[in-house]
Amino acid sequence: MKFRVERDVLADAVTWTARTLPTRPPAPVLAGVRIEADAQGVINLASFDYETSARSEIPAEVAEPGTVLVSGRLLAEISRALPNKPVDVALEGNKVIVTCGASRFTLLTMPVDEYPALPGLPEVSGTVSGDAFTHAVAQVTVAASRDDTLPLLTGVRVEIEGERITLLSTDRYRLALRELTWTPATPGFSAVALVRARTLNDVAKSLGSGGLVNVGLSTGQGLDLVGFEAGGRQTTSQLVEGDYPAVRRLFPDSTPIHAVVATAPLIEAAKRVSLVAERNTPIRLSFSDGQVVLDAGHGDDAQASEALEAVLVGEDIAVAFNPQFLLDGLGALGTDFVRLSFTHPNKPVEFTGQGSLDGEDDSAYRYLLVPIRFTG
Amino acid sequence: MSGPGTTVLHADLDAFYASVEQLLDPALRGRPIAVGGGPRGGVVLAASYEAKAHGVQGGMPGWRAARLCPELVFVRGHFREYQRLGDAVMAVLTDVTPTVERISIDEAFLDVSGATHLFGPPATIGARIRERVRAEVGLPISVGAARTKHLAKIASQVAKPDGLVVVAPGAERAFLDPLPVGLIWGVGPVNQQRLADLGIRTIGELARTPSTAVEHILGHAVGHKLSAMAQDEDPRRVVTTHRARSVGAQSALSRRRPEPDDVRAVLAHLSDRVSRRLRAKGRAGRTVTVAVRLAGMTRVTRSLTLPVSVAATLTLTEIAERLAWSAIEDAAPCEITLLGISVSNLSDQRAIQLELDLEPTDPWRPGSAQGAARSAVDASMDAIRTRFGGDAVGYLPVVLRDGGAVPDEFRELAEHDL
Repeated sequence: MKFRVERDVLADAVTWTARTLPTRPPAPVLAGVRIEADAQGVINLASFDYETSARSEIPAEVAEPGTVLVSGRLLAEISRALPNKPVDVALEGNKVIVTCGASRFTLLTMPVDEYPALPGLPEVSGTVSGDAFTHAVAQVTVAASRDDTLPLLTGVRVEIEGERITLLSTDRYRLALRELTWTPATPGFSAVALVRARTLNDVAKSLGSGGLVNVGLSTGQGLDLVGFEAGGRQTTSQLVEGDYPAVRRLFPDSTPIHAVVATAPLIEAAKRVSLVAERNTPIRLSFSDGQVVLDAGHGDDAQASEALEAVLVGEDIAVAFNPQFLLDGLGALGTDFVRLSFTHPNKPVEFTGQGSLDGEDDSAYRYLLVPIRFTG
Repeated sequence: MSGPGTTVLHADLDAFYASVEQLLDPALRGRPIAVGGGPRGGVVLAASYEAKAHGVQGGMPGWRAARLCPELVFVRGHFREYQRLGDAVMAVLTDVTPTVERISIDEAFLDVSGATHLFGPPATIGARIRERVRAEVGLPISVGAARTKHLAKIASQVAKPDGLVVVAPGAERAFLDPLPVGLIWGVGPVNQQRLADLGIRTIGELARTPSTAVEHILGHAVGHKLSAMAQDEDPRRVVTTHRARSVGAQSALSRRRPEPDDVRAVLAHLSDRVSRRLRAKGRAGRTVTVAVRLAGMTRVTRSLTLPVSVAATLTLTEIAERLAWSAIEDAAPCEITLLGISVSNLSDQRAIQLELDLEPTDPWRPGSAQGAARSAVDASMDAIRTRFGGDAVGYLPVVLRDGGAVPDEFRELAEHDL
């Protein structure tokens, strides 16, 4: 095997392909990136950890086709550090020689025939706009659990019904729901899948920058996989197994009380007031006619409070939240105003965005947050 | 340690329960009395000095105490009075200095370094405390003064009954050396025997033994601590905001085969006491440990660390039951002689993050719908008990159980968690 490639192209592709490599691989070969050079002038890079696979294609001048397996992390570091000149990669004996300008590296190879077969990319089920997808994923994954002891809640439930995709996630303290549209490959396509929030985030960041993302789902045929493809890069990930709890029913049917507040000032005030809220202690929001008062801290501890303008419809109400959960929701909205809809001080509060103080709220994104209750 | 003067005081009421009984009933004064138990059974909880002179001790079966001292008078305990009078004594101490660290119902450390310019040297302050407690509360109290807590505590033991001992700076070694090792805080009969087996009977002898040798016999942590104490090294300060790191309760049982209903009743009773104390202080814990003592004195423990802190009675009972059976089944077939529960990894729980009602619900999580319901029931029961007394309401297996040999009120005091 022997090829020449542009340094930036190589560095980008290797970095992306190697990004999911495990620090402690289950088998030594899984620390590798497989490089395939074909006679048509295409280099195919691949990585796999039994759960997630990544593949990228780049153009190169291939002198001799062939396949090698080298340490992914090391190749990524080397290719990023090389001077900006064409890079020559060649297999000599059982070593790979990387030459670039005056730099020369010798890498050990691992046995290619011990490398597992990568799962194929599932057939394309539809296409989504990269920007919309990236935004939607960020809004939903904020509510996913990071606690691996309950894998179900580390996933994002994806429900597809025709042209509508609904993303849902919860860590049992908050629940985020986001609806977006896409173009299904076949009209009336319908599917349900549970995708790791980490995977979705990663895909959105690495594939979502402009353009379209192809999405493939294969379920019910043994290995349940989701695949994403954009700009010559493909990644597949095993779906999370298990029955996701029924969560849509948790959104309240009717909310007798609601308040509207300007989002940015509320975020700023919440950040200031929560400075005195120690870990696990709440920030309280008290709504009355024309204003909301934020306060935190009590008794002998440090205290803070701040008042903001607010429009309140219904009775006065006070609720307490975990400050970080509050800020997560407000930050995810991305609208000038936020509507908080209440039923009871101890019941979940629904956050939706709206464009103006007296407008209607947009239910495409909903963030449901459960309050903190004071004991004794 | 080159330090200030003898500004650490240890104040300890003499034969507290018995002294209170003698205070309440003048007919008992000057007579040998035992609190708890009777000539035919039960356990003596405390003895007056007159009874101690005959060899009667707390923890002794009543029949044995009666045999040692035929004229011994058995009296029932007045537990509310103990709490009230204990508090009254602490109020006297707090008059002297705000730096009072109460370590049980009847003893406390004081740091009087800020009070000497008002009331004179520590010896004068100690004498004044003893006079005031005698005059205002009517009880005898012994006081030890020294540079460290450990030494002050030994001094107060040496001062008993009804005395004052000040260990002058520089005279510590001469004071400590001839004293028996049993006076060191934490050296019980077992360690005392182990040390005696090595020929170590006095603190001086312990101090001259290399600490590695002591650690070899008593284990690293205990050995190291004891050597340091025997060398009169004690950096601990008097702290007023003492926070418990764990809350526990245990119950000695007559030797028996473990039966589900019985084990559940005992654990429910212990959980009830532990969780009430946690809630009273706005605390909750993530780690639950259950101790089971088997016939033959082997002690087995099992513990579980949860993702969230718990303080609900029913939750603690269920966790303890699971842990206890895990220990019992590993030792089966067996007989048990003690069950204990302790909750550690404590944190404040003045507020509970509620949770969405996800299936399957986990009643152990305090924020789940069922968990919140348990907290609500506990809160109501706590309120009723505060108003109408501990027996006013309770969980079923506990309420139906006969009272054991030792009244609960006494346990609450003895588990000194104040």
